Amino acid sequence: MITPELIEAERPYLFRYALAQLRDRQAADEVVQETLLAALESCSSFAGKSAPRTWLTSILRFKLIDALRRKSREVLTESFEDTLDDSDIDALFDASGHWQHAISEWSGPEQELVAKQFWEVFERCSQVMPRRTAMAFVMREVIGMEIADICNNLGITATNCSVLLYRARMSLRECFEIRWLGGGAT
Amino acid sequence: MKINCKQASRLISDALDRPLSKTEYLRLRIHLFLCGNCSEFSRQLQLLQLAARKAGRGE
Repeated sequence: MITPELIEAERPYLFRYALAQLRDRQAADEVVQETLLAALESCSSFAGKSAPRTWLTSILRFKLIDALRRKSREVLTESFEDTLDDSDIDALFDASGHWQHAISEWSGPEQELVAKQFWEVFERCSQVMPRRTAMAFVMREVIGMEIADICNNLGITATNCSVLLYRARMSLRECFEIRWLGGGAT
Repeated sequence: MKINCKQASRLISDALDRPLSKTEYLRLRIHLFLCGNCSEFSRQLQLLQLAARKAGRGE
């Protein structure tokens, strides 16, 4: 059985989830409202097979895809700067293309832990990513959209798209690494 | 032809989105066989992808 109180209790989680992806408080608030409304309207269809959070997140995902599509129209008018500047990647390698620093093993943190801390790390890390880069990452890795669909939405070629994803992954990997090595495993 | 770590890291990322060509695939496999840094890098990107999808499903 799901109640309006149970749904309301998930609001902070849903907001954080939406904010990390949209990086726009107003837009995030809107999709959360839409989600809560849709959930309340379809309360009776909740089968109780999954946790309320999982159920709500699945509704939120649909709303987010729409919101991301709307937002990508704004991004279309921005320049392609983020696809052209290679300096962030270049800094990681020496002149002969070898890693500047050894890649240390992530022995402790396994999948569960990475997933658990994902939003927190992504939220901070995506602040320094160019908008298009962060959006490409969300569409691909979080939502699981196909490359062709992402290219359409962001108005970029498949090659540009793979550059953005490469850059986003590099930067997120570093953020996690700093967290594991610097802050201890909390 | 040999590839360096920079080129390998790009192929590792691309492989998460599209099938590599036969040449790309072979070059990458050979590089990974010989390079511990890139092997670990590859493992970490896969881990990040799984974690992002998991987080995306609200798990």
